[in-house]
Amino acid sequence: MTIAPDRAHARWVRLTHWVAAACVAALAFSGVEILMVHPRLYWGEAGNDLMPPILELPISRNHRHGGWTALTPIVDGPGAAVSAGRTFEIFNQNGWGRSLHFLAAWVLVAAGVTYVLAGVAAGHFRRHFAGGREPLSIAALWRDLREHLRGAVPVPTGGPDYGPLQRASYAGVVFLVAPLLVLTGLTMSPAVAAAAPALLDVFGGHQSARTLHFAAFAGLMLFVAAHLVMVIRSGLGRQVRAMTVGDRT
Amino acid sequence: MSALARLVTRREALAAGIAAGSGVLLGGCARQLPPTYGSLLRLGDNLTYVAHRMLLPGESLVREYSRADLSSFPAVGTIDSASARRAAVAETYRRWQDSGFGEWRLQVSGAVARPGGWSLADLRGLPSRTQITKHTCEEGWTAIGEWTGVPLSRVLDAAGLQPSARFVTFKSIDGWYDSIDLLDALHPQTLLAYGMNGRDLPIAHGAPLRLRVERQIGYKSMKFLTELVVTEHLDDGGARGNPKNGWAWYTGI
Repeated sequence: MTIAPDRAHARWVRLTHWVAAACVAALAFSGVEILMVHPRLYWGEAGNDLMPPILELPISRNHRHGGWTALTPIVDGPGAAVSAGRTFEIFNQNGWGRSLHFLAAWVLVAAGVTYVLAGVAAGHFRRHFAGGREPLSIAALWRDLREHLRGAVPVPTGGPDYGPLQRASYAGVVFLVAPLLVLTGLTMSPAVAAAAPALLDVFGGHQSARTLHFAAFAGLMLFVAAHLVMVIRSGLGRQVRAMTVGDRT
Repeated sequence: MSALARLVTRREALAAGIAAGSGVLLGGCARQLPPTYGSLLRLGDNLTYVAHRMLLPGESLVREYSRADLSSFPAVGTIDSASARRAAVAETYRRWQDSGFGEWRLQVSGAVARPGGWSLADLRGLPSRTQITKHTCEEGWTAIGEWTGVPLSRVLDAAGLQPSARFVTFKSIDGWYDSIDLLDALHPQTLLAYGMNGRDLPIAHGAPLRLRVERQIGYKSMKFLTELVVTEHLDDGGARGNPKNGWAWYTGI
């Protein structure tokens, strides 16, 4: 059985979906590697091993290694600024980690811009995010959420006829989480922050941006997990076919 | 003409053709890029470099902070060249330390009119600049420090930069080898720093002289400088440099 063309995923949706999926996988993998090198999160501009973190993650041997020489004051007069040398060989694979992260980011931004421009041109967001088979409301979202949690499997359509929760989460990822990840990432670039110092003010400094980058990543991973669970529960083979060849149900 | 000579000539012609073709592809952007060593990751680094140079204003300054913002500052990598594994390096560095770095010289050579050695006193004799900036380490941490030194552009001016100059290569006593383009070399915040937080540059932070390249990641700001070579072509250091060892040459990101 072939479903009507307007009910199937458009070719640009299928293409950008898989490019984005590959990029998100590469970004998550390299991002976790980068975080493992310095698994401490701070708020403000400066943050390092000689300063207190707001969160320390136990994800590599760099976690609380404590391999430091005696602290030496580096500012005259009162002040807590000290320096110390590392006496511990840390885990660090950032050579490939950072470069893979930025390469995947370039491709993801290209795919994301293509997706948003095509979506606006095709009326995709108007028809399938804002509109849809039932109006988006708090009541509709609440009912949809309860049904999801109860384990009721929504009827898969093999196309963009999304349910309320689906529409809200897709819109949240595309228009909120993804831009936040890009902007907080750019804030950490010394060259970009020099050209656009307002980024430092918006996010409260380099380390705040890094912490928000991690929070947005955690949110994105929650979405990916829920997305994968729903794809599997609603028929993995059928859903993958709908998002690849796209014209069969 | 022998067959071998014909082959060589044809190969040269082919190479010239490919070079001309890539020149056309690059169009107006005849920028020299570091070698990729066949790695897709290094190609991505070059994409970032070209994009930053094309899209970002060349003159923008990094944010400067106040003395109240000075933070603790880890010293990583080499923190004392006198403990170097190579005995000759350790001995030379210890001798410099004993002389209060009076015997130390920064050798300046390459595409300059007046090559030669600069003592710490020579460098202190030039107009200085003090800036409080953020050091961004590739590991993920940041620290705010005050740097006093001579803008690299002043030294290049004094040495007489030749019109063919495009890059500045740096070498350190502990074996590091790296380079930056002239846009970063002539940037007003690019310093040859001999002071930190109002004191002489501590040994752990690269005494007697370190580089500050504020719009790039920390590892471009080489410590324990000994030599500066102005070049016409990008010198990534080969086996001693970053790209061949798996690290990006341009680290504005």
